[in-house]
Amino acid sequence: MPEKYHIETKPVLPRRPRVGKFGVVDWREDCARCHNCVKKACVYDRYRQEAEYLRTLEAVDALFFECMGCFSCVQNCTKGLLRLVVNPVYEALGNSYWTPDIIHTTWTQAETAKIPVSGAGYRGPFSGPGFDGMWTDMSEIVRPTRDGIHGREYISTAVDIGRKPAYLTFDRSMGILPMSLTGVSRVEGQEGPATHRQDADATSCLSIQMPLILDLPSPHHTLPKLGPALREAAVRTDIIALASPSAWPFDGEDTERVLPHTAFCLNPEQPVVPPESLAKTRLLETYDGPDVIDRLQRLKDKYPEMVVSVRVPLDAHGVQRAIDLAVRAEVEVLHVVADPNGNQIGVQKPLFLKDMIRRIHTTLIEKGVRDEITLIAGGGIALPEHMAKAIICGADVVSIDLPLMIALECHLCDQCAPGMPCPARLDDVPRDYAVGRMVNLIAAWHDQLIEVMGAMGMREARRLRGDVGRAMFFEDLEEDTFGKLFGKRK
Amino acid sequence: MGILPMDHRQDADATEKHGQDARGTTLAAILPGNTLKTRVPQVRVERRVAPAPPRYRNEVSKYIIRRSHDCSHCGKCAQLCPYGVHVRKPGYKYFCEPKSYRCIGSACEKTNHYCVAACPQAALQIVENPMMQILGDRRWSADMILATWMMAETGRVPPPEYGFCHQTGNSGGGFDKLRFKFPEKPSNGVSKDQIDTSVELNRRGDGRPQIRIDVPWYGGGMSFGSVSNVTQLSKARSAVAWNTFTCTGEGGYMERMRPYDDHVITQVATGLFGVREETIQRVPIVEFKYAQGAKPGLGGHLLGDKNTPAVARMREAVLGISLFSPFPFHSVYSIEDHMKHLDWIKHINRRALLSTKVSTPTDVDMVAVGSYAAGTHIIHIDGGYGGTGASPDIAKKNIAMPIEYAIGKVHGFLTTEGVRDKVTLMASGGVRTAHDVAKAIALGADGVVIGTAELVALGCVRCSRCESGRGCPRGIATTDPELSGKMDLEWGTQRMINLYHAWHEELVDILWRFGMRRVSELRGRTDLLMHLDYTKDVVPQT
Repeated sequence: MPEKYHIETKPVLPRRPRVGKFGVVDWREDCARCHNCVKKACVYDRYRQEAEYLRTLEAVDALFFECMGCFSCVQNCTKGLLRLVVNPVYEALGNSYWTPDIIHTTWTQAETAKIPVSGAGYRGPFSGPGFDGMWTDMSEIVRPTRDGIHGREYISTAVDIGRKPAYLTFDRSMGILPMSLTGVSRVEGQEGPATHRQDADATSCLSIQMPLILDLPSPHHTLPKLGPALREAAVRTDIIALASPSAWPFDGEDTERVLPHTAFCLNPEQPVVPPESLAKTRLLETYDGPDVIDRLQRLKDKYPEMVVSVRVPLDAHGVQRAIDLAVRAEVEVLHVVADPNGNQIGVQKPLFLKDMIRRIHTTLIEKGVRDEITLIAGGGIALPEHMAKAIICGADVVSIDLPLMIALECHLCDQCAPGMPCPARLDDVPRDYAVGRMVNLIAAWHDQLIEVMGAMGMREARRLRGDVGRAMFFEDLEEDTFGKLFGKRK
Repeated sequence: MGILPMDHRQDADATEKHGQDARGTTLAAILPGNTLKTRVPQVRVERRVAPAPPRYRNEVSKYIIRRSHDCSHCGKCAQLCPYGVHVRKPGYKYFCEPKSYRCIGSACEKTNHYCVAACPQAALQIVENPMMQILGDRRWSADMILATWMMAETGRVPPPEYGFCHQTGNSGGGFDKLRFKFPEKPSNGVSKDQIDTSVELNRRGDGRPQIRIDVPWYGGGMSFGSVSNVTQLSKARSAVAWNTFTCTGEGGYMERMRPYDDHVITQVATGLFGVREETIQRVPIVEFKYAQGAKPGLGGHLLGDKNTPAVARMREAVLGISLFSPFPFHSVYSIEDHMKHLDWIKHINRRALLSTKVSTPTDVDMVAVGSYAAGTHIIHIDGGYGGTGASPDIAKKNIAMPIEYAIGKVHGFLTTEGVRDKVTLMASGGVRTAHDVAKAIALGADGVVIGTAELVALGCVRCSRCESGRGCPRGIATTDPELSGKMDLEWGTQRMINLYHAWHEELVDILWRFGMRRVSELRGRTDLLMHLDYTKDVVPQT
């Protein structure tokens, strides 16, 4: 049996004081001095060391914010002098998309590497925009699982990036001939074999152990200590991290280990990485532009075994541009990126990432080229369920950047300017801490992907791609259920 | 005040005396000899509403009343207030802390008993409680929790002057957007006393007992170890009082449940923990649990810490190791396999009705019809938004459809297949109020299964910490002796009986307003509903 994919994790404590959801306000002047203080009875021992906590300001914060919101002390106090309030610092975290709850759960996962578990059922809205408007399906009795009954340990989250052969060809002695991609040309209007890369072989396809790559940090977060940590996290989780060529050379890093897990994001305006180093990577990414096909061809000529991805921003023309590129024989991987909130970039009424992925995916199916393109989707992937849902909508792989920053205790305060205080001290993250937190987060996401895949009865992440039969969409369910009864939805 | 039991409710004492079960069948004829011998006398619990005040000193309230030092203790406020907010014990000069949770707040200003205006010293002040922003969530709003607490205390629906918007939450969809289209005037000729809320559970006509419950709901499964003894027994006792059922959940049949055997559903779940012939023979209903809404498709996982000596003994497992209930049943690949399991139970217990509990995948309608074909009496569909126990957060929102969609889907398909009247459809997973019960029935269910509402009645604040450390800090979902000692059985039982009574009162009122005599008349009446997000029947606001 092949070795199982397993991510080694260990708890990594936060560097900064925790920010909790609740705070207890204590109106001491009303105290009855009853000597029967309910604080002693706190189930979570939040008050037990109160005197010690109070010696430092940060410890006061910790006491204040580690409340679990059970109301027990509030309700038992003799004089009713305790009040539970929302922590204003918690409420100020993130924004309307990256909610405080998302940031908090990401912090917890980065610390513990565990799947978040809680009781008392679901607490949120019935549905919502974006990924909240869909549910994954599960299997039961009449269809126990799509891939047969299996345990979680048999679920593979590995995916391929690059072009796979459409089929194998054999010689007379049943030996496999060099794999070819003969078939319908992907240049619209032309029949016959693809003109380019007919001799490409399986080495132009690479596999990573989960459908996730680590995207370039946003310009806010492009800090010198983050790059090495991102690359090391990619090595430890056997995935790939994108890197800017300006980061080269990787001082102090074991390039033999790191380069196979690094994908340089090539930009004509940035310095060029030496070819011998570039050749040790497995994936390259290049920005879109009028000459992108020429650049692709040059890269493929120079590095024939390299998988090359084209990064397409999902702006007003992004979806169409992605489709236009996908039908070109030269393009094998597309990395489409929405804005950080998953919206179309620079559009007044933007489409959401999931809908853009679906549109690209279904169009490529209609054009008969879907299996010849790897679609990587990024922007707005905030939770592990977004990863699963984006794949169901048609992405092969997702890319993330902000969750990794949040793992390092970023508040998404958007004040990342020189001279401004960073609440997470991101400019000075210790390497082990940063790598540990990122690895923990990726491990927790991996475990959660397995949970939902297990429920769906899917044994391979590859097969989940575009399988909308494994999902239910809000609009469809509403129409099927309430549309029939109550007329038109407003 | 007491409430007389309904005609068809059985007297458990009489049952024992005459050797008949609750449905009039001679037990000796249907129970195996060894089960009959080990049967213990069944406990009777009176269906009586009685005050069950909050167990905490400071009940969380919508308003805060402040009494300043200017108070002259004249007692005028206590004289005026009809809600019992101001209390001075006989013989005392000073007032107790105001019972703020009884205050109706600003609604009182226009009345002639507004204490703030009447106080000669202007010593009283009423302010809104900022903790209302903390209490509850989108599904269980603060008003819903406070109203449920009041129902559990008084047994009555909170009077309108309290201004609780407790009939719907703020989730923005499903039950929270559905409304009844009540006629302007209630139909004449129906007295509330005549309205029958009972539900028949066996519609197959297969010779097994005709079991009828007095209210269209029963208690959901909460396993041994997941909740305290008091919680478990309170559920059982209120089920006895209201002639309905409670469920053991997975993990074994506790000895302490035996005096309530006639009102217990025992569960056969995928781990088969604690499933034995004698436990199956004890009960009138056996439930096959394929999945649960809180974690559809994931199975169960009892953490090693919770596998205490008692739990390990009950589950016949090794102490301290994590125990998994796999998903799905590894012996069920098809409806035929499902049928084999049902047949197995039917042979072991010749009086039992069978229930099949499934979650809500897209083909839940097929599952339901298949279950009927396999011989089940009750199809229990459990949507994803409910659940009382701990589950991965990723499962709560993202797997399987909400129950509001599934009910209509299953009801419609059973009707199309011509078997709707041969099977009982129970729905669960986010049923929080009597209005949700009525809406679920109007969408097509025969009844519902509840869980969280019962726990809220016992003082749950939905802090979601059921699973961590010692368990529930409120002493409800924990086996920690110190924490679970915070509640006593009489109080817990009374709170649930009261809640059931208030729900019954509210349900009867809904039926009365529609001029219905039986709850079964409401089933599938989607024409009585409207949805605020749809154009039909909703007048646009100008």
